[in-house]
Amino acid sequence: MSTATTSPATSPAAIPATRLLLRAGLLTLLALGGTFLLDPYRNYQLATAAGIFAAVAGLTLLVGLTGQLSLGHAVLMAAGGYGYALTATRVADALAGSGAADGVAGLLLPLLAGVVGALVASGALGVLLGLAAARLRGPYLAGLTLALVIALPSVAGTVPALAGAQGVSAPFVPVPDALAALIAVEQWHAWLAILLTSCAVTPLVALRSGRAGLRMRAVHDDETAARLAGIDPGRVKAGAFVASALAAGLGGAVLAVVTQQVSPGAYGLGFSLLLVVAAVVGGLGSLGGAAVGAVLVTLLPWLVDQATGALPADLGHRLQGNLEIAPFGVVVIVVMVLRPGGLARLVRGRSRNTSLSTNTER
Amino acid sequence: MERLVFLLSTGLARGAVLALFALSLVIVYRAARAVNFAQAAMAVVPVYVALAVTSAGGSFWLGLAVALAVGALLGAVVERGLLRLVPQETPLPGIIVAVGLVMVLQAGLAMVFGPDHRPVHAPFSQRPFDVGGVSVLSPYDLFVLVVAAVVMGGLALLFSRTSLGLRLRAAAFAPETSRLLGVRVPRMVTLGWMLSSATAALAALLLVPTGLGLDPHAADVLFVNAFAAAVVGGLDSPVGALVAGLAVGVLVTLVTGYASAAAAPLAVLVLLTAVLLVRPHGLFATREARTA
Repeated sequence: MSTATTSPATSPAAIPATRLLLRAGLLTLLALGGTFLLDPYRNYQLATAAGIFAAVAGLTLLVGLTGQLSLGHAVLMAAGGYGYALTATRVADALAGSGAADGVAGLLLPLLAGVVGALVASGALGVLLGLAAARLRGPYLAGLTLALVIALPSVAGTVPALAGAQGVSAPFVPVPDALAALIAVEQWHAWLAILLTSCAVTPLVALRSGRAGLRMRAVHDDETAARLAGIDPGRVKAGAFVASALAAGLGGAVLAVVTQQVSPGAYGLGFSLLLVVAAVVGGLGSLGGAAVGAVLVTLLPWLVDQATGALPADLGHRLQGNLEIAPFGVVVIVVMVLRPGGLARLVRGRSRNTSLSTNTER
Repeated sequence: MERLVFLLSTGLARGAVLALFALSLVIVYRAARAVNFAQAAMAVVPVYVALAVTSAGGSFWLGLAVALAVGALLGAVVERGLLRLVPQETPLPGIIVAVGLVMVLQAGLAMVFGPDHRPVHAPFSQRPFDVGGVSVLSPYDLFVLVVAAVVMGGLALLFSRTSLGLRLRAAAFAPETSRLLGVRVPRMVTLGWMLSSATAALAALLLVPTGLGLDPHAADVLFVNAFAAAVVGGLDSPVGALVAGLAVGVLVTLVTGYASAAAAPLAVLVLLTAVLLVRPHGLFATREARTA
């Protein structure tokens, strides 16, 4: 009897926590199992795509639910990567100094400390940007984050710990002895990437389907109405930005684990715009779409690289790194003009709800 | 002291280019209530065309005229062909379309012309004058300052003294009312875009000989600096764009001269953040400036 009279659901869209965790666990296990079907290079690509997915998931949530556009999510990834690399290196050195570098603890401690470092670094930057995001709208936030991307090489060159254009290296995470006979190092890194990414994306799913997501949508749709309902728009926007930054930071940590290297060149304007492309193509606000978008922006440049490698040197030089960018740009424009919902809306086939705007004199 | 004078005078010339580009952002903001994030990529296209004209035997002045025409045409095409197709109630769709356009234009230029820097020669000497033992502006810097002053004066006359300028301003501030009074608002918006992208093309053309040369990303940093200047000046205010553009130009040159070239973007970022957090509507914006 008692189960029938429990408190009413917090929001109609809310997924019960157990079901959410179950679904996340199943998807993660599925992805982990899937790595056995891939060769080492494909596993490396899968790990890269997983890292990008974490960042795109954060970005798509931010843009889709609160309407704030960040052109600088690559910098948040870089912050996570630097946080990971610097912390993990320190801890690994300390362990080696005290002679405790062997065994599972010696393997996992630097990794975990690095992840905490990534969260702290990206979270701190996210709080700073979130404070700005709470006060700014539209073009201002996009311009500020764009300036941040352009300034990243300067920051790396000015702060000695970041070691300039060369960047810092992250410690190699070897396969644990128990698994060494079973899997190759690329597959092990893919496992780590999948686990970290699921740690980044699952909270975003909970956030989106829960009360916080409802608040974000309310602030996005009508700030005044949200304020009247007792919601603080500034706090909601800043919170959304921080959540998004943490996911991007974990994505940066994943890339640092996989490539063992963090440098400003890898997180430039081009990469930052690719993250926006992935979010737009997948459908703003859709986490499943973000996964598809992340795979797309990982695989397509590689495919083009393969194709242009066979061309004469001069032509290849011209096309390399550019041939895939132009179609990406076209796709973004077409999606925004024809199908603002992206792939997610295309799959679900839901009609776009028309916004009723009586305010013509802006 | 001599170094300071030299840096200040060079900074003014760099600032004039920045002010022109910032002004182009202000024009399009006033016409369409949008920041054009594709302005840098759109400004580089006419410079490539101008370079093609001059290297095919045309004079610098012919290249300049062609660049202005191509810039205006590109502005009209982008406004009519792209931005009119997306909803205008929020800035988001327009910005994302601009991001897509940046990717198409920059990748397209790199594929057609090659991704490397192409050296561009200035039409005048870049060797500074020597005034009483202190080196100050070069002839090219003087040329830049004169061109910028003429263009800004012309635009100011256009907006404040002509009937067309009145219609442009009316269409921007009260589209519904202007429409009722017979102003063709969509045409005015397109004209605003054309003026804006031609001005941006001129700024990029003036900038390129002072830098490493022409490549598809040649105006990216100019855009960020000009955006900072436009925000400092208040996106709505042409006078603000002029003053803030000169100020940011001097700031960048001083930081480059006394610290390092790498520190300049950092200084701009700090300035932009500070202004946005303290006075998001800029230092020169009028009270009735709108937030959306």
